[in-house]
Formats: sequence, structure tokens, C-alpha cells
Amino acid sequence: MRDREGLMAHLGNFLNGLGAKRFGLSSVALVLILALVFWLRPNVATYNGLRLLLNLSPVLVFTALAQMFIMTAGDIDLGIGTFVGLVDCIVAGLLNDQPALALLLLVACPLAYGLMGALIHWRQLPSIVVTLGASFVWLGLALMVLPLPGGTVPAALTGLVRLHPPFAPMPIVLAVIPMVIAHLVLNKMSYGVVLRGMGGSLAAVERAGRSTLKARMILYMMAGVCGLCAGLCLAATTTTGDANVGRGLTLVSIGAVIIGGGEFTGGIVSPIGTVFGALIMQLSGSLLSFASVPPAWQYSIQGAILLVILALRVVSGRRRTA
Amino acid sequence: MTTESGDGREADVASLLSLRGISKSFGPVEALKSVDLGLKRGELLGLIGHNGAGKSTLMNVLMGVVLPDAGDFAVDGTAIRGVNHPAKAHALGIRCVFQELSLCPNLSATENTLMIHPSLGGIGWQKRAAKVIAGALGEIFPGNRINVRRPITELSIGERQMIEIGRAFTESDVPAKIVVLDEPTSSLDATAAEQLLNYLRRAAAQGRACILITHKLNEVLRHTQRIVVMKDARVVADVPASGLSRDRLFEMMGAVARAETVPAGAAYRGARRIEFAGSGETPALHVEAGEVVGLAGLAGHGQKEILRRIYRAARTRKDKGCSVRGAAAYVSGDRQREGIFPLWSIALNITLASMRKLSHSGFIGAAEEARLAESWRQKIGIRSSSANQSILALSGGNRQKAVVARAFATDSEIILFDDPTRGVDVGTKRELYDQIRAAASTGRSFLWYTTENDELFLCDRVYVFHERKVVDVVDRAELTEERLIRASFDADADARS
Amino acid sequence: MSRFEPGRLLSQPWFYATAGAVLVWLVILVYSGGAGGGAVISAALNYSVFFAVVGLGQMIVMASGAGNIDLSVPANITLAAYLSTGQMEGANAGLFTGIAAGLGSGLAIGAANAFLIIVFRIPPMVATLASGLVLESLTFVYSRISVAKPAPLLAEFTTGQLLGLPYVTLAALLASVALVYVLRRSIFGRSLFACGQNATAAWLSGVDVLRTRVAAYVLCGMVTALAGVLFAGFVGGPSLNMGSEFLLSSIAVVVIGGTNVAGGQATVVGTWSASLFLFLLLSMLNVFQVGPGLRNVITGFLIIAVLALNKTNRMQQV
Repeated sequence: MRDREGLMAHLGNFLNGLGAKRFGLSSVALVLILALVFWLRPNVATYNGLRLLLNLSPVLVFTALAQMFIMTAGDIDLGIGTFVGLVDCIVAGLLNDQPALALLLLVACPLAYGLMGALIHWRQLPSIVVTLGASFVWLGLALMVLPLPGGTVPAALTGLVRLHPPFAPMPIVLAVIPMVIAHLVLNKMSYGVVLRGMGGSLAAVERAGRSTLKARMILYMMAGVCGLCAGLCLAATTTTGDANVGRGLTLVSIGAVIIGGGEFTGGIVSPIGTVFGALIMQLSGSLLSFASVPPAWQYSIQGAILLVILALRVVSGRRRTA
Repeated sequence: MTTESGDGREADVASLLSLRGISKSFGPVEALKSVDLGLKRGELLGLIGHNGAGKSTLMNVLMGVVLPDAGDFAVDGTAIRGVNHPAKAHALGIRCVFQELSLCPNLSATENTLMIHPSLGGIGWQKRAAKVIAGALGEIFPGNRINVRRPITELSIGERQMIEIGRAFTESDVPAKIVVLDEPTSSLDATAAEQLLNYLRRAAAQGRACILITHKLNEVLRHTQRIVVMKDARVVADVPASGLSRDRLFEMMGAVARAETVPAGAAYRGARRIEFAGSGETPALHVEAGEVVGLAGLAGHGQKEILRRIYRAARTRKDKGCSVRGAAAYVSGDRQREGIFPLWSIALNITLASMRKLSHSGFIGAAEEARLAESWRQKIGIRSSSANQSILALSGGNRQKAVVARAFATDSEIILFDDPTRGVDVGTKRELYDQIRAAASTGRSFLWYTTENDELFLCDRVYVFHERKVVDVVDRAELTEERLIRASFDADADARS
Repeated sequence: MSRFEPGRLLSQPWFYATAGAVLVWLVILVYSGGAGGGAVISAALNYSVFFAVVGLGQMIVMASGAGNIDLSVPANITLAAYLSTGQMEGANAGLFTGIAAGLGSGLAIGAANAFLIIVFRIPPMVATLASGLVLESLTFVYSRISVAKPAPLLAEFTTGQLLGLPYVTLAALLASVALVYVLRRSIFGRSLFACGQNATAAWLSGVDVLRTRVAAYVLCGMVTALAGVLFAGFVGGPSLNMGSEFLLSSIAVVVIGGTNVAGGQATVVGTWSASLFLFLLLSMLNVFQVGPGLRNVITGFLIIAVLALNKTNRMQQV
């Protein structure tokens, strides 16, 4: 009896350490959606089928993770989509012809994000409006680098996403690796405690003598790095650059974090859930097109789903506290 | 008996904490008046006092949240200057446990422990930190079943309090020398409370010093060695606990017979305005026209909640347990968070609650508004050149006057006071008392929650609260400070436990 | 303000936007050799009125409290444009039903947003962002089945001029004067600013916080829809992406105009000045042949700079 209790306690602790309560629902949803997709298109359930189906998912995974890091601090980023577009344009427009300049700019991108975080913290500005303003800046810079869609993406990069790893298709590898890294950083590293505490109670973190400015800057820089990766994947997959490509990404990234169990305040996020959420958003788009739903409806259905989930959360939350 | 002033070397060696002549004022309000306090190693000190005695401010000084205006602060014989941040206090070995939790709710006990002990970080931090906090919890609350890996929000409020307490006693690179606990047993069940109090004695014996701030006199009488009583920002008694009784404590807390005779207001009695039925948990309460009814008791024992409930009942009329006849206006004492509108002028601040009576078809009449604002600005005595000045140009007391004027300017038959004179200078207070008396004589009803016992002597009747229940109803004729204090600390309940 | 006090002028929230507008206009005047001054002003007043009107709606929402924002603006504009011109079908007979349809749609959208935000406690930016997406699809469907053409009267109203000033701008300016009066002297206006500064204090002072917040979103929805109807008349008919420019610009115009995003205060003059300023700025950049890229960068930096420099942006950590 005691052994079983101990085993259950250990299992509970393990799952808890993963944040299972948070992403449990999204893992079920992911399985369901995959099942539906396989049912509608049986030939997708192969290595190549999956690879094609999830072709663009790394972009969404990285963008969602970027949004997640911002939401860890209790902020929100409305400019991540255009930021990804900026990276896309730098790669497609500059990397081939002026590699040194391109690399310099690419390194500067996450640093710029860190600076933005510092500004928001120092002047206590609302992240919504600052990131909205920043989205103008990213879009403008993207247009300056690549005024018209086109450019060429270096073969090395496009080759990277075309790799055929033996055990799983590349998109899945590009989903699992960042998921594991993000999970390690937030939940396993000791500094991750401070990062998550930022959203939980800024006052408590400051009282403990930890620098909240440093924590916020680090979170924003990590978001910048994820945005950078997203842009690289986008360039590599689409092989062209387009400044306006990032428009729809922002809301989808918010949706991914929420579906994955994250919340807007309180520093409650789940890296695993976020990646599942990103995959769910990606697959739901595919699902809708398999079901012959016109593309115009896809975004709005995703938007509606997000609203329903949030509403349900509030309702069930009330029942819990009532 | 006063504390050792730490002149002699021997006193320094044994003394862990030495506060001398600590004073602190917030604007016109003196929160600490030349307070002397000393702690030796191995001491468990009980700190008691009524509202506004200065206990919280003293704790904030120790914690580094508040810098004293004057006085010396020494820890372990070394004089300290400028402890102005909790982390600095932590580095000196001072730990404080509040009623307000300073934990991150989304993190576990383990993670919250790591937060204040960065040295626990690095590979394997989870095991290390878990061991530290679980160890502390096991020592203080043996037999507890707290899961230190679960986020704090998933635990009960009692367990959260236990973690907060346990964390204060954890040590990594800096030992916990002085631990101050403010009402630590308020959310604990009886077993845990007993365990804690027993532990505090052991902790003191291990060479630490602990200060226990509590309103449960039983706790200090049974467990502490020394009791310090504060009243009106001063230390009024510092005595060994042995041989003391509850009555003696009440005496020390200020059962000074009140000599001030309050002129009885013109007896204007009218219909019942507020009828609060009450049930098992909540008290029964009524207020008539022209009455000034006081709500007393220690802060945070349910008075504010009653006022809010009555206000809501007056606006929505949907509360079956609370019937209110007439309109109610609310005056909050927390003017920064609930009172003033910082972007507006004095006039706009005053007239907000009277919008409807000043308007025709949805638009507020400019002339009427100006007249109302100016007339009340003068009546209530706000010192400013005109009513169109920004409210931020006023001193704290005058700002509060504006908030009070807002309520008075309405036609409301009932005015609900939520500790309105907090942080207000004496002169302003007297002016407000006159206004209240005058209004009551014309038929207005007042329900007045105050943390200052003096003000209760202006009331016709006082309800004393203790842990959300009315434990005593006192008419003005029978009101004494001693009775108030006894009821606030629920002397009978204490005797029962 | 009987005496002219320079310090007082500088501290008005609308000062910098107005000064900026005047400054940029002067630069254009100088650069074009004094020729195009009047034409630029006229174009500015004709074109920026739509952005100013949408900005005023956004301003009302933002004034109701920190964090309040309406991101469904583009979809709202597009749907109202389609619905109204769909009713008009190019004939004056359908003018009033068209306008009514547009306003009705705006009202419904505002009410729906308020419902999501206040009842379901969904953060305003997410609720309005998502509702905007849903509206986009509805618009798409409607665009397929309707003949959307503005009535001739509407087109004339939005493009025609009276003594050099476009009719639509005159009307909007008059309405704005009325708005200023409403915000200053009506119970709604007073309640709005009370809620925006401190919702708890407002509640304790007898203000109906719920009704005020709902009214703010509904008003914004209707004003935005009206702008959509007018804009459709101006450009000759609706198009599916006609609203896209309005989102970021509506916020830019409010922020740069001097309204505080923390809520509790709003400036109609500033919002107008900022609309003119942005249009003139973009015109100036066009004259200097600055590309769309740099234009966007400058606009973005302006928004952030105004936010960062504004001393009263006391955004509490919620």
C-alpha cells in the first residue's frame, strides 16, 4: 500500500514537474486532431506525408514560443509576426549578397528585443502599445531590406530543412528540440524560477532581491531568439522573403500559448503545451482545408475557437471558486 | 522597565538586535515615537497593541521597507545604517513573515525557497531547495503533508501560511538570526498553530531571536518570555511574561478612563435606515436616521466587508439579508487606491457622486456644479485658493476632506465611513467631527468604521467586531476604552480556549 | 485661461501633436516653394478625417481604463462598408437604410466586444482581435452575395467641398465639437473618465461602471462603422482589405495625440492634430521620396517615443 502510494506520488511529482496539468488538455486535443487528419487523409500517416503536412509548423512553433516567453512576464507581444517577417527578409534579401551585414543584423534582432523589454520595464509602459508600435518598425525595416517579395535564400539554409533525419521528419525534430530546450530553461534551470516568478508576483521577486529588469530583458531576448529561429525556418521553407508574411502569425501565436494551458497573467505558461498548441493551430488549418472549408473561414474559426476556450476557462474558473 | 540600551560591552555581546530612539512619521501622522527595543539571543518576544499602535511600521523598519527618520539600528553589535531593501535585511539575518503572502503563487514551495536563496542554485537545485524547505517544514510542523513541489495556488491558505513561515526559517549561506512573525497563526488550524508556537521557543533556544506579533493574548502569555506593549506609536511596557494576566495586559494597552465628555447631539431619531439581519456567521446590526453608529475592533476583522455589503445592497437592493432604506454614500480611508481622482480638480472630485442631481437630461449644469463644489469646499474647510485647483495640490488631510465632501455633497441619507481619518492630522479630524455631528442632527445616518478608539466616543452605539462576528454592542453611555479593548481581543473567547 | 501662459500651453496633452502638424506643414511649404501649401492642407483634411473619426472611437475605449483597446476596427470598417453599400446598391433611395445598416452592425460589434470583455473577462486585445477575425469571414461571405456600391449622395458628401473644406470634414468637426461637450459635461463623459482613473473609486462614488464600459465599446463600434461607411463613399466602394491601414493608425493617432493609454483622460483636439500630423508627415516623406519602409519605421518610433517620454504613463503592474 505504501509502495503504491509512493509510486503514485512519484508519478504525480514527475508529471507535475513537466507541468502536465497545464498541457494535459492540449495533448488530448492534439491526438484527436491527428486522428481526424489521418482519417480524412490516410496517406498522410507516413514519413513524407507528415513532413509535408507539418512543413510550416516550425515557424509557428518558434513564434508561439517567443510569445510564450513574453507572456511569462505577464506581457503580450503584438509585433512578433512582423518581426518574423523582418528576419525572413534579412535572410532572403541580404544573406547571399552581403553576408557580414546580414549576420550583424540577425544578431542585433534579439538584442533589439531585449532593449524593448528594458524600455518597457524602465518606463513601466504597456507592452500592447509598445509592441504594436514596434511592429511598425519591424515592418518598415523589412520593407527597407526587401521592398518587394523575392530574394534568394542561401542553399545551406534551405538544405537544412530538407534534411531527412531517420527517426522523425524534420518539422517534428524542429518542434521537439525547441520544446525541450524551452522546458529546460524555464522549468529545470534554477534561474527559470526567477523568470516565471516575474509573472507570478513582481513584488515578491523584487523583495527577494532579484533583479526584475534583468529577468525581463532575458525573457524578451529569448523571445527575440525564438523569433529569429522562426524567421530562419520561414525563409528556409518558403525560399523567398516577404515583408507582409507575418501578419497572421501574431494571433495564432497567442492562441497556441493559450491552448497549451498558458494564461495572460500570473506567469503561468507551459513550453510543452505551447508547442502542442502550435501544432494544433497548424493542423486545424490543414483539417479545415481537408474538409473543404474555404480559406477565408479558417482564420476566423481559429479565432472563434480561441474565444470559446477562454470563455470556458472563465466559466469553469468561477465554478471552482464559487 | 525599559530595554538595555546596549552601552556596556556585555550587553552588546548578548544582544542580537538593538533599536534605539526609532522615530518615523508619514506626513502629519507619527507612526513611531522614539521607540526602544532590544532583543537578546534566545529570546521569544511577544509584541502586542491595538490598531495604529505602530507594530506594522516597526516591522517595516526592521524589514527595510521603511527608513526611520531618526534612531539607531544595530544587529549583533554592529550599527546598521540605511537598511532600505528587504534583501539587505535578509543578508543581515532578519526575516519577516507577513499576513500578506510574499510568495509567487505560480511557483512551488521549493521554487519560492530558491528565490530567496540564490546560493542554492546550480545543478541539482530542486533536490537541494526541496530538502531545505521540507526540512524546515518538518521541524516546525511535524507530520505535515505539504507537497513542496506543487504550485502554491493549489494549496490551502493554511498550507501557504505554513510555507511562508517555514521559508523564513530556512538558511543557506545566511543564517536566520531574527525572525519577526506578524499574526502567523491567523490562517493556521489549531494543531499547526500549537506546533508553531512550540517551535518558536525551540528556535529561540537555538540562539535566534523571534518577535511574535499577535492579537491572541493567549499565545503571548503561554509561550513568550517577554512582552512588549505598544500604544500610540510608543512602547508603553516591556515586561517579563511570567505572572502576567490578560487583565493586566488590557490595562497596559491603554485602559485609560476617558474623561472627555462629548456633548450629546440633538436627539433626532427617525425610521430604521439599515437593517442587517445577520445569521450564524454574520452579525445583526441596525442604524436609524440621525444615528452615528460605530464599527470597532481590530483592523481586518470584517468591518470593511460589512460596509461594502451594505453599500452594494443600497445600490442594487438585491440583498435579502440586508435591507437599506435610502441612498448610501461611501467614504474610503484609502484615498490613494479608492478615493481621489488624481487627474481632476478639487471641484470635480467633490461633485462626482452628485452628478444626477446636478444635471438636466444627462448634462451637468456648470453653474450648479461650481456652486455645489465651492460651497462644500468652504463648508468642509479645504485650504486652497479655489475649487478648480488640481486635487494633487492639496495636502493629504485636505485631499481626504475632498473625499468626505463628495459624500456629504450628495443627498444620501446614509454615509458609510471606511476608516476615513486614517493618515489625517488632528486639526482636520476635529473639523470633520464637527461636520458629522452637524449632519447627524439634521437626520443623516452614519455607519463609521474606525481604527481609532477615540472616535468611537462620538458614536451613539458601537458594534465591536472580532473575526467577522459582532462580539459586543455598546451604547455610548457604557462605552469605555477598556471594554473596547477587551472585546476587540475577544477576552471571553480567549478565556475559553 | 485669461492670460497667455506658455508653460500652461506646453503642458496641454495636445500640444506636441499640433505643433508637429504645423511644423511639418511648414516644411512642406518651404520645400515646395510656397506653392502647394493650401492643396496639402485640403488633401490632409479630406483624407485624414476618416482616420481621425476612427481614432476618436479608439480614444473613447482607451479612456475607459488601462488595457482597454479595440482591435476589431479593421474588420468593423470593412463589414460596415459592405453592409451599407450593399443596401444602397448605387442608388440614393437606399442611402438611409444603408447608413442604418452600417451603424447597426457597429452597434452589434461593440456590444459583442463588451460582452466578451466584461462578462467573460477576456482581455480586450485578445477578445477584439479574435472577434475581428470572425467578422472578416462574415464580411467575405457577404461580399460575395451583395452588389456593393455607394449611393451618389454619399460619394458627393465625402468628396465634395464647401468653401475649400470637404463636407465630410465639416460634419466630422462639428460632431467632434459636440463630442468635446459630451465628454466634459455629460454624465457619461464624467463617468468615463472616472472609471478610467480608478474604477473602484468610481464605483464607490455611485458611478455605474458596467454601463459606462459597455457604452464606451458600443460607441466606438458605431463611430468606427460610420467611418467605414463614409470611407467606402470616399474611395468609390468597399474592398476586402480597406480596413487594414486603420488598425495601427487608430492607435497611433490616439497615442501621439496625447491621450494617455492608462485611461482617465482624452483629448479630441490632440486626436485630430495627430491625424493631420501623420498625414502631413507621410506626405512630407513622400515629397522627400522616402519609401514605405522608412515611413513605417518613423511612425513606429514616434509611437514608442511618445509613450516613453510621456511622464504620466503610470502603468501599474497588474
